Amino acid sequence: MSTGLYGAYGGRYVPETLIPALEELEAGWRALGEDFHQELAELQRTYIGRPTPIYETVRFAPEGKRILLKREDLCHTGAHKINNAVGQALLAQRLGKRRIVAETGAGQHGVATATVCARFGVECVVYMGSEDMRRQAPNVERMKLLGAEVQPVEFGTRTLKEATSEAIRDWISNVETTYYLIGSVVGPHPYPELVRELQSVIGREAREQSLELGRLPDAVVACVGGGSNAIGIFAGFLDDTDVRLVGVEAEGAASLGSGRPGVLHGARSSLLADEDGQIADAHSISAGLDYPGVGPEHAHLRDTGRASYVTATDDEALAAFHRLAETEGIIPALESSHALARALDLDAELVLVCLSGRGDKDLAEVLAH
Amino acid sequence: MKTLVVYLMAGGETPALAEAAVEAGADIVEIGFPFSDPLADGPVIRRAAERALAEGMRTRACLECLVAVRERVTTPLIPMTYSSLLEAYGYERFADDARAAGATSLIVADLPAGERPDLRRIQLVAPTSTDERLRLAAGETDGWLYLVTVTGTTGARAELSPALAGLVERARAVTEAPLYAGFGISTPDHARAAAELADGVVVGSRAVEVAEEGPGALGEYVASLREALR
Repeated sequence: MSTGLYGAYGGRYVPETLIPALEELEAGWRALGEDFHQELAELQRTYIGRPTPIYETVRFAPEGKRILLKREDLCHTGAHKINNAVGQALLAQRLGKRRIVAETGAGQHGVATATVCARFGVECVVYMGSEDMRRQAPNVERMKLLGAEVQPVEFGTRTLKEATSEAIRDWISNVETTYYLIGSVVGPHPYPELVRELQSVIGREAREQSLELGRLPDAVVACVGGGSNAIGIFAGFLDDTDVRLVGVEAEGAASLGSGRPGVLHGARSSLLADEDGQIADAHSISAGLDYPGVGPEHAHLRDTGRASYVTATDDEALAAFHRLAETEGIIPALESSHALARALDLDAELVLVCLSGRGDKDLAEVLAH
Repeated sequence: MKTLVVYLMAGGETPALAEAAVEAGADIVEIGFPFSDPLADGPVIRRAAERALAEGMRTRACLECLVAVRERVTTPLIPMTYSSLLEAYGYERFADDARAAGATSLIVADLPAGERPDLRRIQLVAPTSTDERLRLAAGETDGWLYLVTVTGTTGARAELSPALAGLVERARAVTEAPLYAGFGISTPDHARAAAELADGVVVGSRAVEVAEEGPGALGEYVASLREALR
């Protein structure tokens, strides 16, 4: 492997058909000039609603501890996913692609993709596992309202893993006309790098805002499914070695905590897999974390020790969900609730949590428990 | 004479099926080692992989299957699988043990040319491959070059892909290795048309479907392909 490596992870493990498309994508990405960055900055300000604020909790934090929230839930469409979708849609425009495919788990990335496709006037097909369509019904309706075609995926676990495979198969079959808008820091090179760059706006803003509030946090905490909001906020603090970086996985989907090296969806990373390399099923109440893989950079950050990764159970996430709603008047996404749960008991005085999304989409799931 | 390659999924019936295919005229047999998330495969092979895994066809069982096939046939045998299995088993160890079990070479569907060049294997090229990539793949390939006729996944198509002619022409310009065309070839007519361009054909999804009806049916199907390639 020569390109796109994070230590021993990353790479391009895809059928040959996609290699030229990945090379084209990388070349297009490297060639982006000032006009792209200006257009992106303008859309971040006027369309997404950036910069998002940092809010210090008043009643949520336990005695003797301060908890700050980076409010990605206030982004247009209700989650950090739009940061990536807007940037990649701009790139797709420059590559001349008029059809966009994407996968979605919780539906947040699907909604973000459907949104930017409406904004740019391009065809949009979103693959979603039928189990996730059940769990995240409001997002299915939103995508359809935005003009996207939602393709149910009916095999395997009927969740994000199969939806991703099916989106990649669509891309293999339509590669000349289609842009694959991946939703996280996963997939073959250059996607992990590209998505990281587009999400790192979270960390850049958060670092500046922390300094304005007085000092850098002792710890930065984010939930990790594929890991894009975590990479985004970690990116701002990687060089601040006094700041602890803590990723929180769902207990039943701990690709970093209990995974092994393997290959899934085009990259080598840490995966939930058995001893033969067959990918295992993940389990989480949160559709966005219900994924047996994780971005290769996270596997590298774990191995180097720069970031640590812990888990939260479904029940802990649900408790944190209710607590934030009742103490601060903010309904968090179930995904982000995993980060909130660990922030509460983390041994650190000043903790910054990436509140990656809002929880309206999760009401039915939460009320069912 | 043109070469006929038949793909079968590893399983309990595979030795008998492979023997029937070879008796009916298959020159090479590919043995699929199933993977849970096969990106390059369409619905037929994906379902076959799911069934094989449910029957316990993990790497070790697939190697044993290879040994059992080797006891029955003398043609080249080629495991076809995905990186994740080799990652778990060890790339070198996998290649060594497969060879010891009777394999002639290896195909890894998601390990394109340029990645892990030390692992000797048959490379795939596609209509989207640039000339530079054709050269790279031809330089690294083990014996013959696998021409993916379609921009897509495995599975039967109504017509032979119009992209094959151009791909053959571009591949001939960079290599003297035999070119076998696969993906989307299912009928004797497809096979005949593809073999007018390439040096051989690979039949996968349709063979897997017919194999479900047993060695007799598979033998008849393979014989019809062989007849078309005379």
